[in-house]
Amino acid sequence: MRFMYLVKHPGRSGNPTPELMEAMGKLADREIKAGRMLDCGGLMPVQTGAHVRIADGKLSVIDGPFVEAKEVVGGYAIFELRDKQEALASAKEFMQLHLDHMPGWEGTCEVRAFGMPDGQGECQAEVADTLAHS
Amino acid sequence: MTAADIHRTILAVWRIEQPRLITSLSRMLRDVPLAEDLTQEALLAALEHWPAEGVPERPGAWLMAAAKRRALDHLRRTKMLARKHGMIACDMEQEQQVMPDLDSGLDDDIGDELLRLIFTACHPLLAREARAALSLRMICGLTTGEIARAFLLPEATIAQRIVRAKRTLSESGLAYETPRGEELSERLASVLEVVYLIFNEGYTAARGADWLRPQLCNEALRIGRVLTSIAPHEPEAHGLLALMELNASRTAVRTDAAGEPILLLDQDRALWDQLQIRRGLQALGRARELGGAGGCYALQAAIIACHAQALTADNTDWRRIAGLYGKLAALVRSPVVELNRAVAVGMAEGPEAGLSIVDRLAHEPILKGYHLLGSVRGDLLQKLGRHEEARAAFEAAAALAGNKREQHLLRRRAAEAANAATS
Repeated sequence: MRFMYLVKHPGRSGNPTPELMEAMGKLADREIKAGRMLDCGGLMPVQTGAHVRIADGKLSVIDGPFVEAKEVVGGYAIFELRDKQEALASAKEFMQLHLDHMPGWEGTCEVRAFGMPDGQGECQAEVADTLAHS
Repeated sequence: MTAADIHRTILAVWRIEQPRLITSLSRMLRDVPLAEDLTQEALLAALEHWPAEGVPERPGAWLMAAAKRRALDHLRRTKMLARKHGMIACDMEQEQQVMPDLDSGLDDDIGDELLRLIFTACHPLLAREARAALSLRMICGLTTGEIARAFLLPEATIAQRIVRAKRTLSESGLAYETPRGEELSERLASVLEVVYLIFNEGYTAARGADWLRPQLCNEALRIGRVLTSIAPHEPEAHGLLALMELNASRTAVRTDAAGEPILLLDQDRALWDQLQIRRGLQALGRARELGGAGGCYALQAAIIACHAQALTADNTDWRRIAGLYGKLAALVRSPVVELNRAVAVGMAEGPEAGLSIVDRLAHEPILKGYHLLGSVRGDLLQKLGRHEEARAAFEAAAALAGNKREQHLLRRRAAEAANAATS
């Protein structure tokens, strides 16, 4: 199953500390080498972006400035994992790094499974209950 | 959390942590099968304690401490203490650091140990099936039960395979080997073969069956990606990864809702997985940079890449595909590859050219009883307007086809040819 992690935080949470950057770099390196992480990236601040929006049947382009949002997406990662449990375990590990290396930081890692063309992925959500026999 | 949730969580954490656990223990014990046994004991300990005490805040560190404790106990018990005193002292220090050092798991570069682990699991001394089971267990962290389900075999069969393989490794003194340099390249073939076997096992699995079977594709992809990161200079490792990524990019559209296969040329290309195609092309590019364009896996990947890069079926570069099949046929000398080349030549240069290759293959012993020979021949004859011969070829092929779906398809094509012959 493929998962998208969207990391959200309050708009003004500041740049990550060097310690956090280093720890995240190591984790990303490990996850890429383990074949689980397919892609990742950080996003530039909201103020440098734009909104192309449809509302009331009209299309508009807003090129800033923007009202400060409660939470903004700061980055993303795409993982290929076996099931949701594995996604949760790995997202927890990722967020723990923030707790350890950027005191005071608050945010959310939203974990979302990719949709399949015809819902094939759904059956994979059922997880094996096989006991770990040695 | 219900008991089942905790159980799933434990297995998920386990799969993430297991390679690091087993490699750390192998380094301490210099014995991969033993390290495997003891990491499994750490897993059992987690299964025993976590449901009652809750999942620890740092589950990876917990598992590592539990595994190392067992390894140390073992070393003490077997009186290796004196001989390995230096090493143990150092490991005990490491163990004490596990808890306070929050990043220890990220700091270990386990590349070398992991390479050793993969090469041990895929030792040529072991049968292919045993290598596959051992790899899934030691590298992917699958349980014996899961491996059995994935291969449609009784759990006892897989358990026995694993036990025997581990015993073979231990008794032959091969339990802790690191091939290097040229030996690594030579031994790599037996690793790649197993990875591809695991991939194909998953790839041929029908949809709707137990999801663990198709999951084998992902496990194989994972090992493939691990291999390319820890043995980055081996072109065939990149070639195989490219082949698997490119094939897997079509997974979602290979069958219709009823499970009937959809032929490559009829698939909806908009639904091919572009991220996976990009990764496949990158890996293929890397194989070429390393001088491996002519490798067996790289050539197969290059053929699939031609399809992946054609925006529509009509845009397929058949001439290039025919050329690649020619190189592959020279490398592996397989009549099946030659038959594939005939299809590509038929598309590139016309049915007459394809048919002349097929007719040369008619007496190959390996293709006797191979229904696709008649199927390809019928198709080419049909295109040449030789309908009566096409009908006969399709009917002969239908009689040889192993499964009902293919029989049905070939009979239908025979009937179409018969109609064309009388009209």
